[in-house]
Amino acid sequence: MFRYIVRRILLIIPTIFLALSFLFALFFVLPGDPATLMAGGANRIVDPGVVERINERYGLDDPLLVQFGDYWKRTLQWDLGESFQNRRSVNDILGDKAVNSVRLAIWATLIEVVFGISIGLLSAMRRYSISDKLTTVVTAVASAVPVFVLGFLLQYAFAVQPHKHGWPDWMRLRTQGIGPNTWTLFFIPTGQTWRYLVLPAVVLAAGSTALAARMTRGSMLEVLGADYMRTARAKGLDGHQAVWHHGLRNAMLPVVTLIGIDFGLVIGAAVLTEKTFSWPGLGSEIADSVISRDLPVTMGLTLVVVLAFTVVNLVVDVSYAWLDPRIRLGQDRNS
Amino acid sequence: MSWPEDLGSVHAVRPLWASAWRRFRRNKMAMAGLAFLVALVVAAVLAPWITRYGPTEGIEGAYRQPPSWAHPFGTDKIGRDVFSRVVYGARVSLRIGFASTVISVVIGLLFGAVAGFFGGLVDTLIMRLTDVFLAIPYIVLAIAIAAVAGRSEHSIIVVLGLTGWLGLARIVRASFLSLKQLEYVEAARAMGYSRARIMFRHILPNAGQPVIVYSTVLIGGVILSEAALSYLGVGPQAPTPAWGLMVSEGKGDLARSAHLLLLPGGAICLTVLAFMLVGDGLRDALDPKLI
Repeated sequence: MFRYIVRRILLIIPTIFLALSFLFALFFVLPGDPATLMAGGANRIVDPGVVERINERYGLDDPLLVQFGDYWKRTLQWDLGESFQNRRSVNDILGDKAVNSVRLAIWATLIEVVFGISIGLLSAMRRYSISDKLTTVVTAVASAVPVFVLGFLLQYAFAVQPHKHGWPDWMRLRTQGIGPNTWTLFFIPTGQTWRYLVLPAVVLAAGSTALAARMTRGSMLEVLGADYMRTARAKGLDGHQAVWHHGLRNAMLPVVTLIGIDFGLVIGAAVLTEKTFSWPGLGSEIADSVISRDLPVTMGLTLVVVLAFTVVNLVVDVSYAWLDPRIRLGQDRNS
Repeated sequence: MSWPEDLGSVHAVRPLWASAWRRFRRNKMAMAGLAFLVALVVAAVLAPWITRYGPTEGIEGAYRQPPSWAHPFGTDKIGRDVFSRVVYGARVSLRIGFASTVISVVIGLLFGAVAGFFGGLVDTLIMRLTDVFLAIPYIVLAIAIAAVAGRSEHSIIVVLGLTGWLGLARIVRASFLSLKQLEYVEAARAMGYSRARIMFRHILPNAGQPVIVYSTVLIGGVILSEAALSYLGVGPQAPTPAWGLMVSEGKGDLARSAHLLLLPGGAICLTVLAFMLVGDGLRDALDPKLI
């Protein structure tokens, strides 16, 4: 087990290095000179002296390899550089935005786990009932609807319509921004903040909740038909005891993997959700910085996302290997 | 020299497809998806004949009209017929969906086949490469490549084609790993066939079913991604009638004219759903073990 974990950790180091190096090279060939951008924008005439000083300050005229070496030297000391656009330190931007994204992600994950798994279980235990069929249709639609279309649909239903029909204020949800941004215990919204949180959290959770419900339903159906479940019933457990004590644990295994596979999807959904609701998080900041070619911000924030992605996958793989010895033994034999 | 393959096509392949079609036809959801896609393709091909206005043609004095007989989907803020734009938009989405899926399939097949067939160092290198690309959030990669390649339909096809092959490569590799150990591959080797011939003429046709299923779902995924990139402002440029772009343009009018957003949004949703349903149906139809 220990050897397995060490090997996995050693494997992710080159993965992270290559992924970020590839992105660095890609952004290096992006059209649009960052110095000109900083000096006043692409559409205005800028003083060539200013451009030269900026190039000097950030080393933008150095050859690719020198810049590349500098980038890694700084990054390894956890200095993510400063924004081309407003000279803010990327470490500061990261601190600001990451907490908002993490709060949104916590609520989306809670929704996914609670609703996704319970809906999937209910569906599986009442197979072919009306509620099961309804679940199948709703989850299929939820995985096909684009995040931003769902976002606008909910804005229309819970903000535009109440406004049009003059509903009392306490029934209306907010659609833009994060509001007073007050929280207790890090993630519980206080004051008016919850009105800003509800819609983006639901929209971010929608796709993965549907996926979790489908996965849970499928794997629970498989488990319910397994021989050991028949054995459990044969030795006298009633249906519920058998499901809770024997079925659930085994049915949850594939759902655990889903968290790892799903993470990339969640990041994409987070970018779109945060853009749609003007939620001040990492996702919208990354998208904006790529479009405005603010290289240090893009690289710094992407680094954190790549780290989070690989760590999540590592944890999922390790816990899976711990739960299922066949995986780690199989890996040992291959190497 | 070619009789073993002829025998194969006469006695094994045709009955498989015929029985798969029989199973597929019984799946109502999949048939509904297929019917929708056929209708969509016909509408896209016949677009000039079933719409009254051009997709970029403004109609004087008809701004932000709600749906009516003259304009079944209403008109947008500069007086363009939304029905025409949605129908022409199907051309954009389907072109991007099919073209970039073809790119992904070609890359995924090549890498997956080589990795699975040769194994060893080649396999390790290719799998590490997919790990690297999987670690980069696909949306960052897509926005970045789209920014390099410029905003056009062609660059979106390249972007989505280059980011969509990872899952396919893994599926193909897994099939090749198990298929290359079967006796008929050994027989082909014994007959002295080249490795390329064994890979692509003997193993590939048997690894095809999961690829077909995955590609069908992938087309839907690509259309969804294309809409997201258009929405973020790195897709095709205005006035191209791309569905994601139309949603993005309609968002300012949500309170006054919700149809500008909901109709193209609904078109994306239905199309993606149809590809997913057909993909699910194909999976069940091609894999008799499940039934």
